[in-house]
Amino acid sequence: MTTFLIIAVIVLIFLVIVQIAKASEYVSVLKGEKVAQQQSNKINAFLMIAFLVLGLIGVYICNEMYYKDTLFPQGSASVQGEKVDSMFMITTAVTGIVFLITQILLFVFAYKYQEKENRKVFYFPHNTTMEYIWTGIPAIALTVLVAIGLRNWFEFTSEAPKNAIVVEITGKQFGWIYRYGGKDGILGKKYYKNIDEAGSNQLGQIWDDEANHDDVVTTQAMYIVKDRPAKLVINSRDVIHDVGLPHFRMKMDAVPGIPTTLWFTPKYTTKEMKERTKNPNFQYEISCDQMCGNGHYSMKGLVEVVTQAEYDAWLAKQKPNYYAAFPDKDPSNAKQPADTAAKSATAQVVLAKKTKI
Amino acid sequence: MSTEAVLHANVGTAGAQDVHHAHDAHHGDHHHHESFISKYVFSMDHKMIAKQFLITGMVWAVLGGLMSVLFRLQLGYPDSTFPILEDLLGKWAKGGRISAEAYYALVTTHGTVLVFFVLTAGLSGTFSNFLIPLQVGARDMASPFMNMLSYWFFFTASVIMLSSIFVETGPFSGGWTAYPPLSALGDASPGSKTGMDLWLVSMALFVVSSLLGGLNYIATVLNMRTKGMSMTRLPLTIWAFFFTAVLGVLSFPVLFSGFILLIFDRHFGTSFYLSDIFVASTQQALPNEGGSAILYQHLFWFLGHPEVYIILLPAMGMASEILSTNARKPIFGYMAMVASLFAIAVLAFLVWAHHMFVTGLNPFLGSIFVLLTLLIAIPSAIKVFNWLTTLWRGNIRFTPGMLFAIGFVSLFISGGLTGIFLGNSALDIHLHDTYFVIAHFHIVMGVASMFGMFAGVYHWYPKMYGRYMNNTLAYIHFWVTLVGAYLIFWPMHYQGLAGMPRRYYDYSVWESFKHFTELNRFISTVAMVVFAVQFLFLINFFYSIWKGRKVTTQNPWGATTLEWTTPINPGHGNWPGEIPEVHRWAYDYGKDGVEYIPQTQKIGENESAHH
Ligand code: HEM
Ligand SMILES: [Cu+2]
Ligand SMILES: [Cu+2]
Repeated sequence: MTTFLIIAVIVLIFLVIVQIAKASEYVSVLKGEKVAQQQSNKINAFLMIAFLVLGLIGVYICNEMYYKDTLFPQGSASVQGEKVDSMFMITTAVTGIVFLITQILLFVFAYKYQEKENRKVFYFPHNTTMEYIWTGIPAIALTVLVAIGLRNWFEFTSEAPKNAIVVEITGKQFGWIYRYGGKDGILGKKYYKNIDEAGSNQLGQIWDDEANHDDVVTTQAMYIVKDRPAKLVINSRDVIHDVGLPHFRMKMDAVPGIPTTLWFTPKYTTKEMKERTKNPNFQYEISCDQMCGNGHYSMKGLVEVVTQAEYDAWLAKQKPNYYAAFPDKDPSNAKQPADTAAKSATAQVVLAKKTKI
Repeated sequence: MSTEAVLHANVGTAGAQDVHHAHDAHHGDHHHHESFISKYVFSMDHKMIAKQFLITGMVWAVLGGLMSVLFRLQLGYPDSTFPILEDLLGKWAKGGRISAEAYYALVTTHGTVLVFFVLTAGLSGTFSNFLIPLQVGARDMASPFMNMLSYWFFFTASVIMLSSIFVETGPFSGGWTAYPPLSALGDASPGSKTGMDLWLVSMALFVVSSLLGGLNYIATVLNMRTKGMSMTRLPLTIWAFFFTAVLGVLSFPVLFSGFILLIFDRHFGTSFYLSDIFVASTQQALPNEGGSAILYQHLFWFLGHPEVYIILLPAMGMASEILSTNARKPIFGYMAMVASLFAIAVLAFLVWAHHMFVTGLNPFLGSIFVLLTLLIAIPSAIKVFNWLTTLWRGNIRFTPGMLFAIGFVSLFISGGLTGIFLGNSALDIHLHDTYFVIAHFHIVMGVASMFGMFAGVYHWYPKMYGRYMNNTLAYIHFWVTLVGAYLIFWPMHYQGLAGMPRRYYDYSVWESFKHFTELNRFISTVAMVVFAVQFLFLINFFYSIWKGRKVTTQNPWGATTLEWTTPINPGHGNWPGEIPEVHRWAYDYGKDGVEYIPQTQKIGENESAHH
């Protein structure tokens, strides 16, 4: 009912506007087209300058209202991100000046040179000097921006420092799986055809590879350490996803079949961030930034930035995924007496199946 | 007579009938039979084909716009229900709330049809067709028959795209860029089943349509200019259409090949784009190994980036023409304008990987693309400064066309500047795939080119239909749309700076993004108002075809170009007599104190020389 009412009102408004528009056309014919055109020209010229003034005020208000909602006031949570922020500010300054100059000239010229009865236009088809100037100035400004940008780009994409924590992160529809190299710090080999969710092998780890036996796999959160570089090895199990880390100003696609990497140095622990942002619910969220299907919007991951001590304690508590796949190999299960021959035989079969490539 | 001979030589291939036709027109009028079908449906008159493209484009613009209103409803009011949606969309909006599946289908179809059907076919198709023969002084396109085919391929593509909305599993829903593996695997997303097949077929036909059109435009501009119309006397509109066509002809085939490989991967078991995939919904590992999903992105963006200029250049050309005509002043720096169009066209082929900075691209390669991308800003800046100087010390008439042309310049500045942020790879890492990108390309491409299109329609409407559109409606349309467009897209930059990702159905579970609920509601509301106001344009357009004020003079805007030397309602063949000869460039406004001098006027004895 209300829907129809709304539609009826809208139609009515339209009819009124159209009638007024038609009437004004008749009036203009009566008045003489020239007079009518001069009048509407004046109105539009005035609106041009009004739009400029109100528009610039609007830009200011918008900034007042929403700057605080961006990530800049809380600062970058990674060392590298500080450079992104400063690049942003420099680029804003440069483009802001150009924006102001050009928009003001556009609307001021429109207003100032509105049609006047005896204005003689200036026949000015070209001027080489002027054209050189406005080719040259943007070229110089852009060179500076490119220079700053590329220096940062090569730094961000360089090899991660040796002391970095290596975490593997794998995207799937619709979630993230994190893997740590365990005690040996080496990520074991994997093959996608070994993936077996029911058999606790969601990454397709190859159990023949010893390096896999201590690897920790979790879907809870990615733990990394404050002030210590974190290197992410990024994979996908199905379609393209993207590890989006807005607080750290980092992002990298997860491409099936083509591992990618990314590294950064976190500056604040999650706890510190809660205080900095005065938001007790603050979380370092990982947003999937590449359309990956109907659940894309829900593909949320978590980063926990902790101190080295907290990290060590956390890692010590984690069980290698190997034991989830082979409970009988788990030393904490081995103590139990009911280790019958039959059970270990099945385990052998399972093992054989899982290691087949 | 020499022009006529050239025309015969050129049209010869298109079938004798057309030569004949041109002859008829030549001898005064055209009273031989034109049935309804041959005049309005399978027409070979470029002016009628232009109108077909325009009206089909308008239908798609309404549908695409409506889709955006629907998905903005979800973003603006994520926890409200609208029973009417269930009535309209059935299972796609159970309980009055659009499902995630429907949301993604709407976003994808919106993007596809606006980019390709509205702003490519509806823009180039309309104005290249309408203006090229009229402004270069030709009776029709080089091949009117191919031109007709171009429209009908587009029409068929449209029908197929439309039908994809009605299939059981829904239309394609993986985004307009259609990245595999998502677009290759029906098991990964229902939209990638039948819907994707229809999408691909439709797009393939669309590519054919573009190529037929583009080759025709190029051939016509190169071969069918009237006597005296040297390339450097062409209006900037024609230069823009010419470069647009060249871009399309060189890049659409690459997209086509990308699609073919995708079809192979989908149906014939190849692994061009597929490798190492385990599908969760079926718990199965696929046999494909060794393909590269990134290969598709290279092929796609090799068209995709030129495509954005295919959309923009015609708007630039028309804005140049309209600004100059209504400022009553020559366009400033004609040769610089042509050169910058050329530079943009060349660079457009060399920057595609700026859409792929975070795909794991080789960093060195990335740096080259940064350099080339930011290089594009230079010709863009030249154009802006030249437009500003064109207005300087002019005598400006604010016709509706002029208003939209000025709006175009403002939007192009605003959106072009944010490109400088995105083109710098280190900064793009943060901004990629956020609302900052949405703001950037909607302002610089979506809205700006739409403004170019509106400018063109208002400006050339008298030539199309022999009547004027209503000015009051046009003014309301302009001001509400300009203000609305800024209100919608400007705040989106801030969302992007908060890292808010694009293509999210719902932000409510995200601690980092949920504080934008109110802003989202505001944007959605303005979007609905702006959408509604477009109906003022539609009413104005269709009402004026039959009831608009009649045009009584041949050259209502006092313009210099050739289209205004044709009769008020030109027949097929455009000029009843001989095609006029051209003696000067297209921008002699205010020269030696004369308001304007048509291109057909000989250079006077005491006239100062230019071109
Ligand atoms: C100063 C010139 C420009 C520069 C440097 C520039 C740069 C960029 C960059 C780097 C991106 C990728 C952003 C990302 O996905 O992270 C982008 C996106 C885009 N740009 Fe521009 N741009 C410029 C002008 C234009 C123009 C003139 C148009 C259209 C007429 C345009 C249309 C687009 C579109 C459609 C996208 C997004 C496509 C998508 O991901 O769906 N840009 N631009
Ligand atoms: Cu995703
Ligand atoms: Cu691009």
